[in-house]
Formats: sequence, C-alpha cells, structure tokens
Amino acid sequence: MSKTRPTNESDAVRIFDAETMQRALRRIAHEIIERNRNLSALVLVGIPARGVELARRLAAVIEAIEKVRVATGVIDVSMHRDDIGTRRALPVVKVSQLPLPLEQRTVVIVDDVLFTGRTCRAAMDAIGSFGRPACIQLAALVDRGHRELPIRPDFVGKNLPTAFAERVRVRLENIDHQPDGVWLLKPEANE
Amino acid sequence: MNSDKGRWTRKDLLGLRELSVEEINLVLETADAFKQVGTREVKKVPALQGKTLINLFIEPSTRTRTSFELAAKRLSADIVNISAAASSLTKGETLKDTARVLEANHADIIVLRHSSAGAPQFLASRIASSVINAGDGAHEHPTQGLLDLYTIREKKGAVAGLHVAIIGDILFSRVARSNIFALLKMGARVTLVGPSTLVPREFEQLGVTVSHNLEDVLPTVDVVNLLRIQHERQRKEYFPGLGEYIRLFGLTKARARLLRPDCLIMHPGPINRGVELDSELADGAQSVILDQVTNGLAVRMAVLYLCGGIATS
Repeated sequence: MSKTRPTNESDAVRIFDAETMQRALRRIAHEIIERNRNLSALVLVGIPARGVELARRLAAVIEAIEKVRVATGVIDVSMHRDDIGTRRALPVVKVSQLPLPLEQRTVVIVDDVLFTGRTCRAAMDAIGSFGRPACIQLAALVDRGHRELPIRPDFVGKNLPTAFAERVRVRLENIDHQPDGVWLLKPEANE
Repeated sequence: MNSDKGRWTRKDLLGLRELSVEEINLVLETADAFKQVGTREVKKVPALQGKTLINLFIEPSTRTRTSFELAAKRLSADIVNISAAASSLTKGETLKDTARVLEANHADIIVLRHSSAGAPQFLASRIASSVINAGDGAHEHPTQGLLDLYTIREKKGAVAGLHVAIIGDILFSRVARSNIFALLKMGARVTLVGPSTLVPREFEQLGVTVSHNLEDVLPTVDVVNLLRIQHERQRKEYFPGLGEYIRLFGLTKARARLLRPDCLIMHPGPINRGVELDSELADGAQSVILDQVTNGLAVRMAVLYLCGGIATS
C-alpha cells in the first residue's frame, strides 16, 4: 500500500532468498496439513497478485507430501476495501475465482505480507459474498506487525519486526521475473 | 499522461476520445471482475457504500438509466433519479444551478443525459462531484462505446485487426462517435455505411472508411453495429422514407446471407424491428444484442467504481 514512499535501496536487508523462502513454504504446508486433516475440504485462496502464486506453490508442496491435490482460488479484495475514495489512482480489479459451494469447506487466505490486517478483512468480506465456509484461516509469508484490526495469522513464514515507515519487498519469479526473495527497506533518511 | 500509467486517475468520464488505450483496457478488465460479481451468491459489493449517485436525465431514456441504477445499487451506492419532466429545469432553472443544488445535497456522482453536446463537460469543470456522461446530444455516449467494445472483445477474443461496420444514422449518433473513437484506438478498422445525407464523407477525417453501398461491405466485416433510425428526431430531408431506407440499408434476411457465419450483429437498442434490422435476425444466433445489455451493467459498474472510487479532494 505504501508503494510510492521513497526508500533507501542501498540499505535493503535480505530476509529470504529463494532457498529459505521455499523452506518457509514447506513448513507452512506441513502446518496446514497438521491443522486440517481433511485436505479434500480445503481451498487455498490467494490475494492477487503474489498471494495467488504463493497459494499455487503451497498446493504443489502439499501435493508432493500428501499426494492430494488441494483446491486453489483467487479472491480480489478491491471492491471490499475500506479506503475507497481516499486514493488518487485505482489499480485494475482482478476476477475472483473460488470453487463453489464454499459451505463445509475450510478456506485458507494466502497473502505475501501481513501488515495492518485491512486487506485480510476485505478478503473475508469478499469470501462471504460467495458463501459461508465452515472456517477461514490465514497464511502469510511475512508478518511485519502493526495490526489495525483484531486479526492474527494461523500460518507464518517469518515474523519480521518492522518500523511502520519501513517497507517489505517481495519478489516471486513467476510474477516479477526476478529471483525469489524478500527484503526489508528503510525509509529515506531525509523523508 | 502521468506516472500512473495503467491506473485510473479520472473523476469524470465525459467521452472516449480523450481516453488512452491503457485506460480503455483498464475499464474493460475492471468490467471483467464486475461481471463475475453477477454470478455470486451475494450480487452486491460495498465498493461505493456511503456514496450518493444522482441520475440526472434531462432527455428521456429507460434502458441507460435503468442500467446505471442497477449498477449503482450493486455497488451499494444510494441513488436518486431525476427526469426532465420532474426537474426544476422545466421551471427555468439553469443546468449549473441544478447541479450546484445537487452538489449541496452531497451528491458524489452525477450521471447526466442531456440533449446538448458538451453539457457533461460544462458540469464537470464547475463542480467537484464525479460526472459520467450518459449521452450528450450527438457528441458521445462513452459507456455505450465501452460496452460495445467489451462485447466484441468477449466474443472475438480481441478487437485489434477486426473490421467493424457501423450502419445507419451516423450524423445524429453519439453511439457511433464513441464507437469510432474506441474502435480505432484499439486497432480495429471501421467502415460507416448509410445514405450520404446521414453518413457524409467528412467522417473520413476521423480515420474511417465511408460507404453508401451496404452489400459491398457486408461480406468483409467481423461485426455489424446497426444504429437505430431516430425517426422522432429526423426531418424529412435526410431520406425520403422508411421504405426507401429499408430497401437500401436495412439488414434483411437476404442481405444477412452475405455476412460471414461468425459475424456479430449488434444494436444499441431500442430496435425498430423490420426497419434497420430484420426481426428474426435480431433474435438469431449471430445476434449479441442481449449480451450487450448484460455487459452494459458490468461496464457501468466498472466506470462508477473507478470514477466514484478515487479521491476527489
């Protein structure tokens, strides 16, 4: 959300490289399996764009471990955000895709960075317009803190204490055409 | 335009002439997402919750007004309809005064249909509310142009490289103008067909081809968009009579045999069955007229979401 804030590129601290990111995803996959014995009732729902790719990767890891193909989906949160009318430029809204019906299913929302929790709230609202899942859980590659709503993740790749003005940059090869990685960027000193 | 390439930054939609290809694509992609909303269990999203939309229709319209009204309701906006007969404009109030009264009532979005070209532009430059042009005189009808584009893209996969014929009353048609601007920008080829009184050669300056022979054009096109003959507006000198028009420019069943089998038949409605379009063709396999209506809802939701959703202060 803070995409335009200037940052000091030379001070970027690497949090994950491709290997440690994959390791974190494997651990999350194991935890999801442990929590959800009935994998056929599970659906991993990514928030565009990187959450969708992470959900796809988690499903692949779970399939490699358990030989079960877990359903995946896409949930766009743009129409359910609480900051409509406060932004000067709007990005494109993506098409949501969920396996229906959601009743009796457990939905795991997958996002790259968990910050204020407002995106997650919007995602829960959006999911509610498709049906009433039995349970909703939350998986995030990075939890950087600063929650503004009573929301906590069920599965976390890395807990990363940050200052509010800092930025977390996630790059995924299939989306960004750059090697996988996560970096912490400091705000520019004179800002 | 600015560093927000690929993002929407406009509070108003006044016409398609001023939109970039990126902006048109952004509206179409946003409409994809809103079309999907129509298939959900709950067909309403809170995107414009707390916003007030006023349908200010100074010229009569049922389908466009209804489409905007339904779109606004699906976005959770509050909506008021004002028609010409019920408005103080008939008591002599100026358009600007009407709009300022609406603004003082905290209207966030004004959807304006007006018989004078430029009325939405006039309003948009004077008030802070978003203004959406729902048709101004013979100037533009941008949401119709966008829904036609959306329907062509949906049925044909892409717009670039297609050949589109727009047939009928081009001179008086805001639908034709919005279509011409949008189609040319997206890389389609456009041929206008009709009697020389209604399709003057001057249109070629826009980058289109003008033809007065329908049967020459029909075998070469991917889409025919038939415009309504607005006989309520026309004075007699433009063409001798409806019979003459049908004989030369009506899409009859015999003429439709000249079309490619996958050619789309479009019409912005309301149709004069048996005048510009044969009744059976209007309901036939090549007709996408009802898809246009469904897509119009999604496109108008996208436009209201984009223009009404950005910060205006």
